[in-house]
Amino acid sequence: MSSLVLENSPAAAAATDTILSLNNIEVIYDHVILVLKGVSLQVPRKGIVAILGANGAGKTTTLKAISNLLKAERGEVTKGSIVFNGERVDKMSPNELVRRGCIQVMEGRHCFGHLSIEENLLTGAFTRRDGNAAIRRDLEKIYELFPRLKQRRGSQAGYTSGGEQQMCAIGRAMMSKPKMILLDEPSMGLAPQIVEEIFEIVRRLNDQEGVSFLVAEQNTNMALRYATYGYIMETGRVVMDGEAKMLRENEDVKEFYLGVAEGAKKSFREVKSYKRRKRWLS
Amino acid sequence: MSDVAAQPAPNLLAKGWVKSGLIVAALVVAAIVGARLDPSGTIHAIFVDPFNQMAQAPDLLVQTIWEGLVSGVLYALIALGFVLIFKASGVFNFAQGIMVVFAALTLVGLYEKGVPAFIAVILTLGVMFVLAATIERVVLRPLVNQPDIILFMATFGITYFLIGFGESVFGGNPKQMITEQLFLPKGAIDLKMLGGIVSLQKIDIAAAIIASLMIAVLGLFFQYTRIGRALRAVADSHKAALSVGISLNQIWVIVWFTAGIVALITGIMWGARSDVSFALEIVALKALPVLILGGFTSIPGAIVGGLIIGIGEKLGEFYWGPLIGGGIESWLAYFIALGFLLFRPQGLFGDKIIERI
Repeated sequence: MSSLVLENSPAAAAATDTILSLNNIEVIYDHVILVLKGVSLQVPRKGIVAILGANGAGKTTTLKAISNLLKAERGEVTKGSIVFNGERVDKMSPNELVRRGCIQVMEGRHCFGHLSIEENLLTGAFTRRDGNAAIRRDLEKIYELFPRLKQRRGSQAGYTSGGEQQMCAIGRAMMSKPKMILLDEPSMGLAPQIVEEIFEIVRRLNDQEGVSFLVAEQNTNMALRYATYGYIMETGRVVMDGEAKMLRENEDVKEFYLGVAEGAKKSFREVKSYKRRKRWLS
Repeated sequence: MSDVAAQPAPNLLAKGWVKSGLIVAALVVAAIVGARLDPSGTIHAIFVDPFNQMAQAPDLLVQTIWEGLVSGVLYALIALGFVLIFKASGVFNFAQGIMVVFAALTLVGLYEKGVPAFIAVILTLGVMFVLAATIERVVLRPLVNQPDIILFMATFGITYFLIGFGESVFGGNPKQMITEQLFLPKGAIDLKMLGGIVSLQKIDIAAAIIASLMIAVLGLFFQYTRIGRALRAVADSHKAALSVGISLNQIWVIVWFTAGIVALITGIMWGARSDVSFALEIVALKALPVLILGGFTSIPGAIVGGLIIGIGEKLGEFYWGPLIGGGIESWLAYFIALGFLLFRPQGLFGDKIIERI
């Protein structure tokens, strides 16, 4: 059964085991361009949730609305509310959010190219106030998780490989002791093997450190293997959501996002009529 | 085989340093040949005679270089203020020069109002902090994400505001810097060397030492502290810095305050050599060629650039100036900068752009 969730659907999950919930948010860029048209989603505590969809669906904007990096791009949340860990956060600066344990790893990694890997990791601890010893301890922990980073601790991040940079960006986020990481397009520009390695790391951080993840990803197949729940977005709306297993087996998802169709190949006409139906629904 | 022959010869001229080396070599050869051909003419006067003079009176040469070195240190300090702000907030702060004057004026003005010298220094630091916080709140924060040129124009506004404000509070007359009250040494040391006397002003020696100390402290601060690391992170990428929770507003205040401290020290040193007036602003503009030489984003560049410009213009004025009737000092720096723009637009030490393809 596919459950096509329409906008304005009431938040179903209980508040206690939900770490993040977006309630019908609307985002406008530059005061005129409406990008998110009422998005609602929930992330359970210690869960991995995926946002899926094609280019321009609004995945990145959703993550940036949560971390409030939108403001630096002249976007703003004009409607709805964002609750993180039981607290309204939609007017907070990224700095305040990181302090509360919600940090974003941006699309394209964005390591500090002229700083060494180790310095990159240490900048992640900027908001912490628990002293140098604790930070050093966590640094060692990151090196245990990412042995590759330890090898390259002294090299300038700009000269490391894409996979190492992605690890560096995730490690840097981990240095802030987050409760939740917003991970944007971790697979971008990486070889399939490295992508798998990155997702393994995500699973391990989730298991061992209890960090919740909200992952925006175009690689639907990979994301649905690791996530427990998924939301599919199209042109600024959530058009479908459900358990990862259910989404994996859903005929429509298979056809449109996983690239596999069961049974006989459908004719072009059927595809078209399906698209029309879906648009009508959303 | 034909594909060996088809390979293009490595293009040596494509390398910048090979090209500039060849140009310099050609100039030297032309000069020597020219000087041989006419021993008393213009070419001789330009390319041979000044070096003869240098060899004949090495003490004068040392004196000239020393003077150049000292003004170079002060140029370097002003350029340092520019670099700090440019790196952290991407703003080309036209007001840096006037911040030097403003800091010095505040210090002297407070002293004239009867505040003891050292308390006046502390109060001036306080004023620079308030200035930094105000600029962040009133100018930078509302204008963030606007095109660079708008922020640049805003620093013009700050410049003229500071001039007007400084004049109305402290008056427009040149003032004497309170060197003695700050225990800065006076007088000169005469060194006998190379068959002559080289006279070093004690205040210049103090300036060189204090400037080097301050640069060392800044260097350590940037390299090893949490805030210093955050400053470099912001310089590297604003967005990424935001995403890890570095507060840009806080960093901007810190960096403008640091530039304010640098401005105060520069103001004291410069004020001790001449006097404290808004004419200093013209001198502050010398930081522009220094920045072009050293690169807008490099602190070592600012220092080396400052020294090259300082020494270069003093040598130029002393040995080559008379050939065209003097007055070289005021434009030689810009001329050197122009040459640099043609061959190495990112400056001597400008950031290499790391780009993965």
